[in-house]
Amino acid sequence: MTAIIFILFAVIAVFCGINLVVQTHPIASALSLIGVMGSLAVLYLQLGGEFIAAAQVIVYAGAIMVLFIFVIMLLNAGAEPASFQISRFVKYFGVLLLAAFLGLISFIIQALLPKTEGVLFGTFQGTTLDVGRKLFTSYLLPFEVTSVLILIALVGAIVLARKEI
Amino acid sequence: MPTSALLNAPVPLSWYLILSAILFALGVAGFIFRRNIITVFMSIELMLNAVNLSFVTFSYQFKTVDGHIYSFFVMVVAAAEAAVGLAIILTVFKNRSTLMIDEVNSMKY
Amino acid sequence: MAFVLLTTLAYLQWIERKVIAHVQLRVGPYRVGPHGLMQPLADVIKLITKEGLIPSHVNKLFYLMAPFVAVALALTSISVIPFGPEIKIGPVDTWMQLTDLRIGVLFVLAVSSIGVYGVALGGWASNNKYSLLGGLRSSAQMISYELPLALAVAAPLLLANTLSFREMVNYQSGYWLGFIPRWNLFPEILGFIVFLIASFAETNRVPFDLPEAENELVAGFHTEYSSMNFAAFFMAEYANMVTVTAVATLLFLGGWQPPFPEPYSDFVPILLFAVSGLIALYHGLNPARRMDKFTLPATALLFLGIAAIFGLSLFVPLAKPILMALFWFCGKILVLLFIFIWVRATLPRFRYDQLMRFAWTGLFPLSMFNLLATSLIVALTTK
Repeated sequence: MTAIIFILFAVIAVFCGINLVVQTHPIASALSLIGVMGSLAVLYLQLGGEFIAAAQVIVYAGAIMVLFIFVIMLLNAGAEPASFQISRFVKYFGVLLLAAFLGLISFIIQALLPKTEGVLFGTFQGTTLDVGRKLFTSYLLPFEVTSVLILIALVGAIVLARKEI
Repeated sequence: MPTSALLNAPVPLSWYLILSAILFALGVAGFIFRRNIITVFMSIELMLNAVNLSFVTFSYQFKTVDGHIYSFFVMVVAAAEAAVGLAIILTVFKNRSTLMIDEVNSMKY
Repeated sequence: MAFVLLTTLAYLQWIERKVIAHVQLRVGPYRVGPHGLMQPLADVIKLITKEGLIPSHVNKLFYLMAPFVAVALALTSISVIPFGPEIKIGPVDTWMQLTDLRIGVLFVLAVSSIGVYGVALGGWASNNKYSLLGGLRSSAQMISYELPLALAVAAPLLLANTLSFREMVNYQSGYWLGFIPRWNLFPEILGFIVFLIASFAETNRVPFDLPEAENELVAGFHTEYSSMNFAAFFMAEYANMVTVTAVATLLFLGGWQPPFPEPYSDFVPILLFAVSGLIALYHGLNPARRMDKFTLPATALLFLGIAAIFGLSLFVPLAKPILMALFWFCGKILVLLFIFIWVRATLPRFRYDQLMRFAWTGLFPLSMFNLLATSLIVALTTK
């Protein structure tokens, strides 16, 4: 069951990623990115990161991507014109080469990793309790620093976008 | 029954890392080949997502939540960067009236 | 379950039209079926048989996807809402809930965050500048009010120390001094008010319904939609209303638990339905309108029948927790929905800049103050 869900959502993620790079209109790319984030959230759930999965959907897919979509709609960004012509032979041969290269890389990664256990849903549960406890004890300094970082970003964005658009 | 053993088999950890590598490579490809600045930004976000997946995978391997916390910080940084970056894009668009990065090629307008 | 839900949404619209009509001293839907009860059915038939027009220059994929996304997400968030306690049906021990997630509250927040896309895409895909502006404004409003909503939700989470809805309701069981229920409403009254106001804005209801009202003034994000797509957006809005009131009940009003201790509160549904049945019977004897000679006694009979069912269930140990829990939970949701409809009939709407200023300079500091005060008290009182 874990394998089926992994393969399904990995295929969706890769397909949306390819779609992001290939599509000409920015809105289509933005929606593909939301698809990637959604399938990654499911994969995080499988790896036991329930808090991270929820944070991914709330923060990334629900706030950052809405910001992207706002800017695209505001600027009325249109489809990008094609830049240069690629010959068909190069396209097909390139895809083949890419697939071969990816196969080589996957083989190397798999051979290098020690034979650890596999991933089974339910083996590890990164509960919100653990995350919260670690966040406020061991990682307190980075936590406070990121709050200052967000303040800087807030002030910067307001100052930059202040004049009438 | 062999099919139920096959269905309940654990997924090797390397598959998650390969998926992360593929997504990262797609992000780099989008960053290099696309000309619309917003699409370039979205490729950067794709790269950050791929890295998040790596973090969570390794956190599973060591059975701690530290990877989740790093991933959380990456998300926060991505949010801050997206906010400021989009504000910069809006300003550049207001001054140069274009979103294609190869048309913004001189300091003097 | 899905069928019951969809019928409830349709009749919610009937309730809304009747309540607004009576506030405005008129009758509301009256002719279609007794007291307009068949009106939602007539509306559904009309909307289904209307010509589904797709304008020529829209982006077809996103145009058709937007209402689908809106409805699907609105109905998904109802799946983690518990309707009652643990019950035994035959050999099975089950909860009255579709699934209890350990991160139930985060799940509802996440689904409502993605619900913004239904509106934004609908506005953009219609290829119409008024739609685009309406969609942009509506999504900006929704994400601005998500922040006070989330902060207002965080305060009861601090008190109960859990994210799942079931444990949240269990935390609110028991009574102070024997008769005041231990609801989160009493320590968190400010949080409850902030949550309610933010949820008006999240569901695009008056006084924050500028994106919808633009439909009457200029245009809105659903201006280019017709028949079932249009109905889908409205069904999504009512489903969002039900979700948000259910979450308010679970987090602040104690879920399915009665407001006063058990043996006395069992008689409340019986008394309520019996008294309303008797009043209907009394008015049915001297009806003001000719049709009421039949409908009022029929209603009286129905209510007395329901009172009898509640009374009988007191003696059947199987049905009692189900019926009582359902009564209190649905009763609280109906009270909150009545407040939603009452506010709609009463208040004028905000202008867009007043709306955004209220969110960022009014509600957000208030909810942050609430969270800070709660966390201070929790930190000082736990060891």
